[in-house]
Amino acid sequence: MSVGDSSTPLGRVRGLGSAREGGEHWLTERVTSIALLLLGTWLVASLLILPKLDLRTVLEWLHAPSGAVPMALLIIIGFKHALDGMKVVVDDYVHEPGNNFALNTLLLFLAVGGGGLALFALARIAFGVVG
Amino acid sequence: MAATKTRPLSPHLTIWRWGPHMAVSILHRVTGGGLSVVGLAVLTWWLTAAAAGPAAYMTFTKVMTSPIGLIVLVGLTWAFFQHLLSGIRHLAMDTGAAFDLGINKLFAVLTIAGSLFLTALSWYILMGVGK
Repeated sequence: MSVGDSSTPLGRVRGLGSAREGGEHWLTERVTSIALLLLGTWLVASLLILPKLDLRTVLEWLHAPSGAVPMALLIIIGFKHALDGMKVVVDDYVHEPGNNFALNTLLLFLAVGGGGLALFALARIAFGVVG
Repeated sequence: MAATKTRPLSPHLTIWRWGPHMAVSILHRVTGGGLSVVGLAVLTWWLTAAAAGPAAYMTFTKVMTSPIGLIVLVGLTWAFFQHLLSGIRHLAMDTGAAFDLGINKLFAVLTIAGSLFLTALSWYILMGVGK
């Protein structure tokens, strides 16, 4: 709002109209949630079924494609879903545009950085660099 | 915007009588935040520790089997199941179903009961196997 703007709040809203975006974000959140329903259940079930959770067992499990592929998907989709969800929280409570942009950028960097780190560690195990 | 300060605000958390539906809605957001921050941090640490070798994995195991570590893990287990069940509830409600007060309240109560039961069951299995 510029200095000297005499329009009412309602008038400004009418002038802006709808955001014309956001539908894709909403839908992505739902689609990734369905994927995580499967992948999250897979992770918990795997942790319960594995005979032990020592290093040797875990490396063996994640070295096989049956462990590595769902884990890779879980990392990618999990971080994406977390990022989308946290953005909703930030947008709900942080209205000042500068702070909102800063927090959302921080979240994006954390999600991409964390996801990259987890994927790289998994790749080392899956491709037999370790274990 | 001086004009907006005197405008009435829609009532927020403090004015409503607490019920299961409201609690579950808030729990969905809280558990989502917890899983995003703590859950993904633990997952990433676990994978990087496994990729780094026995010493790093030992450190991870030691921290996670300490009393505080176990509280975090049990908390994450509960957060996972609560978010999963209330997430299913939200997916159902996205279709326009289950908005009648009775059924809405029942589903809300069921997500809480279900998450507590599945958390207890998971840790019963984990402890029973003695991992």
